[in-house]
Formats: sequence, structure tokens, C-alpha cells
Amino acid sequence: MIAQLTLIERQRAILISLAVTVCGGLIIIVGRDDVMGVHGALIFLSGLLMIFRIGGSYYLPEPSGDRLAHYYDDPSKVGIILSMAWAVIGLAVGDWVAWQLVDPDLTFGVGWSSFGRLRPAHTTSVIFGFGGNALIATSFYVMQRTSRARLPDQVTPWFVVFGYNLFCLLAVTGYLMGITQSKEYAEPEWYTDLWLVVVWVTYFVLYLRTLARRKEPHIYVSNWYYMAFILVVAILHIVNNLAVPVSLGHSKSYSAFSGVQDAMTQWWYGHNAVAFFLTAGFLGMMYYFLPMRAGRPIFSYRMSIISFWGITFFYMWAGSHHLHYTALPQWVQTLGMTFSLMLLIPSWASAGNVLLTLNGAWDKVRDDATLRFMMVAGVFYGLTTFEGSFMAIRSVNSLSHYTDWTIGHVHAGALGWVAMITFGSIYACVPWLWKRERMYSPGLVEAHFWLALSGSVIYVFAMWNSGVVQGLMWRTYNESGTLAYSFIDTLIAMHPYYIARAVGGLLFLIGGCLGVYNIWMTIKVPGLSTNQASDVPQPAAVGAGVLQAAE
Amino acid sequence: MSLFGVHYRVERKAIGLTLAIIGVASIGGLVEIAPLFTIHQTVEDAPDMRVYTPLELAGRNIYIREGCYACHSQMIRTLRDEVDRYGPYSLAVESKYDHPMLWGSKRTGPDLARIGEKYSDQWHVAHLNNPRDVVPVSVMPAYTWLLTTELRTDDLGLHLKAQRAVGVPYTDDMIANAAVDAYAQANPDSPQADGVIKRYGKATTMRAFDGNPSHLTETDALVAYLQILGRLTDAAHRTTAQAGIEQ
Repeated sequence: MIAQLTLIERQRAILISLAVTVCGGLIIIVGRDDVMGVHGALIFLSGLLMIFRIGGSYYLPEPSGDRLAHYYDDPSKVGIILSMAWAVIGLAVGDWVAWQLVDPDLTFGVGWSSFGRLRPAHTTSVIFGFGGNALIATSFYVMQRTSRARLPDQVTPWFVVFGYNLFCLLAVTGYLMGITQSKEYAEPEWYTDLWLVVVWVTYFVLYLRTLARRKEPHIYVSNWYYMAFILVVAILHIVNNLAVPVSLGHSKSYSAFSGVQDAMTQWWYGHNAVAFFLTAGFLGMMYYFLPMRAGRPIFSYRMSIISFWGITFFYMWAGSHHLHYTALPQWVQTLGMTFSLMLLIPSWASAGNVLLTLNGAWDKVRDDATLRFMMVAGVFYGLTTFEGSFMAIRSVNSLSHYTDWTIGHVHAGALGWVAMITFGSIYACVPWLWKRERMYSPGLVEAHFWLALSGSVIYVFAMWNSGVVQGLMWRTYNESGTLAYSFIDTLIAMHPYYIARAVGGLLFLIGGCLGVYNIWMTIKVPGLSTNQASDVPQPAAVGAGVLQAAE
Repeated sequence: MSLFGVHYRVERKAIGLTLAIIGVASIGGLVEIAPLFTIHQTVEDAPDMRVYTPLELAGRNIYIREGCYACHSQMIRTLRDEVDRYGPYSLAVESKYDHPMLWGSKRTGPDLARIGEKYSDQWHVAHLNNPRDVVPVSVMPAYTWLLTTELRTDDLGLHLKAQRAVGVPYTDDMIANAAVDAYAQANPDSPQADGVIKRYGKATTMRAFDGNPSHLTETDALVAYLQILGRLTDAAHRTTAQAGIEQ
């Protein structure tokens, strides 16, 4: 990988690593009385490791000018491997905490392994580690191909990939040490947040720089979604994380907002992290890999436009449906509910686009587990967005809120939609990236598909049952007009569903492990090197083949 | 020109697309969030509302550190069964000084908005040490180390100062005496105890929360926090009483 960098690029990479190392050193000094010092050491070592890695290969011969005739895919390759590593970590931690709700003594009596600290480690590993790396890796792949242009330089993409993973590492290790803001999906503390801003701005600028070099007059749909994902996540991240640190040497900070304003800001962030991280980004992935794998153009260009702007506009209003019947003023709750219902239109426009694109390719869906991953992802996307709009109705929400129904809903989205579209895209992408004819074992892809599907279905059904049962028990009155069940009664009723959920999660985890093995063997075993003459940047290409809209 | 025709041109300009996305995505937040800071009725008036003492704030930070918000809400909704189970529904003013708020989103355990003084200190200490000693089917983790971990107090003044920077009305006097007040609140017989009453009011709970006045532990802080939940103001009880009269 380093052999691909020119001498200037190696020098720049060392300079950046040096800056990171110095920052780490400074944090060690100012944070020596706080757990923040441990993070300083982690940053210091990360920078040092990079310096040694690059320094060790510093005197390798420079790459030939020939490299510019090919897309730059090394960062995508590393991103995909990191994504799968985070998937296994995140799923394993998730299943561990699921078993902790079956047997609470699975913490083994130490602080870092208690539910409250592991839960954000699970969500961050899965959303940001697995999902984020997959988005970054595929976005590099997709933006180069749909623009027919190479990445503008070879250092920036590495800074984005490694910088982003440093963020994930600081976040997850932080929770285990008790460093958290307690804002859901925005738990990392102020200095980790600042670091992400640096990485994220660099990421967006890299995107614009690549688009500026494009040989296609139009910006392809996938790129709209990737751009919305990067831009809006930046806005959400910066506003929701405004805080005042106790001191420069303290990891602890206090949110700039309090009470009702903080709650609204948090769920404006929280719901749109779902919208722009877990929906927009992955729709970008879908709009490229699904038509490529199916060998058919996207069904409707106009539906993709309606869907894109609908999602970008409506979603930002929907966050307040997380706060029905709370101390949030009712007018905001009503707006949130209304826009959540309207969201169904752009959401189903995209889900419909997925399924209608497959019209005429159903034989491939039957035979090809990779394409089937994407098809099922589209179905789960449609179901979950319908369920989301439904749960945003105030009277439904009065039953579902605070219960496991919400957990079932997010996992229908996370396992069924996000993870499935990612696995499908990765299985499509890995042979293309490493120039193999196909995955090492199509049988293992098939096995992974059925494990993932059965795991998701078991998980979601268990949580639906558990949530509805608990919600109903909470509001049941006996004949004398008093509450029929204590809180503890509901815990006993939920126990069997907690076991079922943990089993479903385990199946999903096993599937993920098969995926890692399959990808590893695909990379390791040199297959037939396929000749992809068309997969190169072009000076002036007309039309983008199968990617051209049908209309 | 049709809307799709306009789009056909916009999608050829990266910067145009960028600005359009920022513009379209900003509207919802501006309309829903900005007025919450300006409309006075959003947060009720409660003249008796007091701030957290340094010990309670330290306890709150432990609550945050351990991720208690993942399983416990602090927001009683305006629903009959919730009011019957947990007490008067939560008002916005009650979390006015909560940076960040801890309303939560999931009740794997019960709501804690009005847990203050519902159970004794001894119950909380036993429950935190091992929940199954007092609630046999509980699925809450045991927090055994809290009882033996000394509470860090030397930086509490800085904490209060940061709180003041985000809008909590701590006085210079409170900031200067933060560490002493934390110690004194859990040592009601100490000579410094009067200072806590003077600064935070007569209603402040002054007790050796973990049962051992000689050591200030994380359990002291966490129990002090749990015992003040729902008791910083009487506003919620007043509102319910008024609603009852009006009916």
C-alpha cells in the first residue's frame, strides 16, 4: 500500500501522523489526572504506529505514472476489512448484552462490562464502526466510477479512513472507561467529537474534489445520497454536541442545552442519524450496487428524485415523535407526527424503486444470494419505514414508547435493511476490488444469507412480542381501578422473549463470522484474475452503461 | 420548465447540490427547535426550583458514566397509567438545569423521575450493591465497586464553573466551596454542614447516604442524586393539584 504513495505523499503522511502523535502527547500531559490521559496515550501510539509503518517503507521505489490510469482502491479495500472487523465486534457485544438481560450476572463483576457501558459500545461499533466504514469504503469506490475520475490524491482518503477509525476506537474505549455524554448515538466526549469534525470536513472536501474532476456531466444519484449523508451528519453532529468541557484536562463536558431544548436537539440529531447515516448513505450504496449486480438500470429516475428530496426535507422534522406525551410542547409533537407520516411517500418511492428494478431479474434473485441480500434489504426498508410512520402516531406511540417494540423496530432497520444492503454490496464489491471472478465460496454467502434472515426475523418477532406485552401490562387496570401489574411482573413476562432475542442475535453474529472468513479467503486465495478493461477512469466517456436512468 | 427539468440542471453542479441539501435540510430544525428557546411558555415558572448540590451533581455524573439512561427514563408522560404508577407527569422546568437532560428512551427498568425519597438510603445502597438482594428477578447489573470507590471532589469547583458557563446559576460562593460542601452534605454532624444549608437551602438532604460518614464514596454521591430526583421543585405536584380543582 505504501509503495503506491509517491515520496511527497509519504512525507505528507508522516507529517500528519507526527501532528497526531504530538496531539496525543499533549493530551497525555493535560489529561494526566483524568481517564482522558489514557486516550492521549492511545492517540500517541496510533500516530507513532503510522510513522513507523510509513517510515519502514519510506525508501521503497516510487510508483510508476501508470497508477493514474487506474482507480485508487486501496483505501476502499482497507475500509471494507475494517468494516467487517467492526461488524463482528459490534454484533458480539450486542449479543453479549442481550444475554445479560437473560442473566444479569454475565458482567463478571467489573465496571467496564456492565450493560450501561457495553450498550453504547455495541451501538457505536455497529453504526459507526461497521456502517460508517462500509459507507466510506463504498463511497470512494462509487464516486470514482460514477465520475469516471480517480481520487484527487492518495493521502486524503487514508486520512479519512484511519482518522475515522481512530474516532471509533476513542469512542468505544471511552465508554468502557466511563467517558460518555449520555446522548444516545452521540455519546463520545468533546475532544473525540472535535476530531470527528476534522475528519468529516476532510471527507466532504475530498468528495467535492473528486466530483470536480468528473468526466460525466451529471452527478449520479448515489452521490446525492452520499453527499447528503456527509453534509447533514456534519450539521447534526456539530449542533447536538455543543458543550463546555470542565477543563482542557477533563474528558467530562456539559451540554450547552438543557431540559426540553436539549431533548428536542438530541432527538432531532438521533432521528436524523437514522435518516442520514443509516438511510441516506445506504441508499447511495443501494443505488449503485443493486443495478450493477442485477445488470438492470434503476427503474425510475424521477422516483429517485422525489425520494431524495422528500427524505432530505421531511426527515428533519420527524425527530419530535420520540417525545410524544412528554414535556415537549404539543405543537412540536404534532409537527413531528405529521411529517413522520408524510415520510412514508419518499421512503416507499425508494423501496419501490428497489423492487421494480428487480423486475425482469427475479431469476437472478433466486440464484444469487448476493442480490437476494439486496432484495431483502429493500423489503425490510419498506417494512421498517412503514412501521416507523405507524409508531410515530401519538396513540400508537403511547403503547410502543419505552418498550422493546422500539428495539425491535430499530433492529428491523439495522439488521434487515442496513446490514443486509451492506453485506450484499460488500459481496458484490470484494471480487471487483481484488480482481477475482467471484467470492471464495458462494455456498457460504448462501449460508450467511439464511442465518442473517432467520436471525433478523427471530429477533424482530421476539421484540415485537416483548414490547407489546410489556406496553399492555403497564396500562392494564383491574376491576377496582388500580394498576393490575407491577413493573417486576412485566420483567417475568419478557424473560422468554429475551432468550429468543439473544438466540436471533447469535445467528446473525455467526453469519457475520462466515462473511469475514469468506472475504478473507477470497483475498488470500488468488483466483482467476479477471480482466476489467472498462473499470478505469476515462478521459471523456459518454453514458454510464447500466447506470443510465431508464427514462 | 418542469421541476424535473430544473433538477436535471441542478444535478450537474456539485456546489449547487450542496447548497440545496443544506437549505432543504435546515428548515425542519429551525422551525421546531429555535422557538423552544424564545417562546416563554415552553418552560414553566418555578420560583422554588433549586440547583443540584455538588454531591448530587457528582452523583448525576456517575449515573451518566454508568449509562443508567440506557434503561431508566426520567420522564413521566401525560398518561393515566404513568401518573398512577410513577406520580405527577414531568414538567419541562424540572429538567431546566439538566445539562444534558436524561429523559431516556427505554424502560428496561422503571422510570426514575420521582424516585427521590420513595425508598430509604439503605435500600438504595443494598440495591446498587446487588439488585437481586432486594428485587429477586431484577436484571440490573450489580455496582459493587461504587461502595468502595472514593469520590473525587478536588475538581468539583471546576464542574460547577462549567455548569455556570452553560447557564446554571451557581454563585461564586458555591463554586469556591464545592469540594467542602460535597463532603459536608454526607457528614451532617461536621462543622461545615451549616455552609451547605446556607448555600443550597434548608430542604437539602444532609445524611451519611452510604451509612458511613468517615468515607465519601461514589455510592454517597449516587444515592444523594437518586434521592433528589423529582424534588428540586414542587411545581409538578402543584399543577396536578390545580388540575384536580379545575375538574
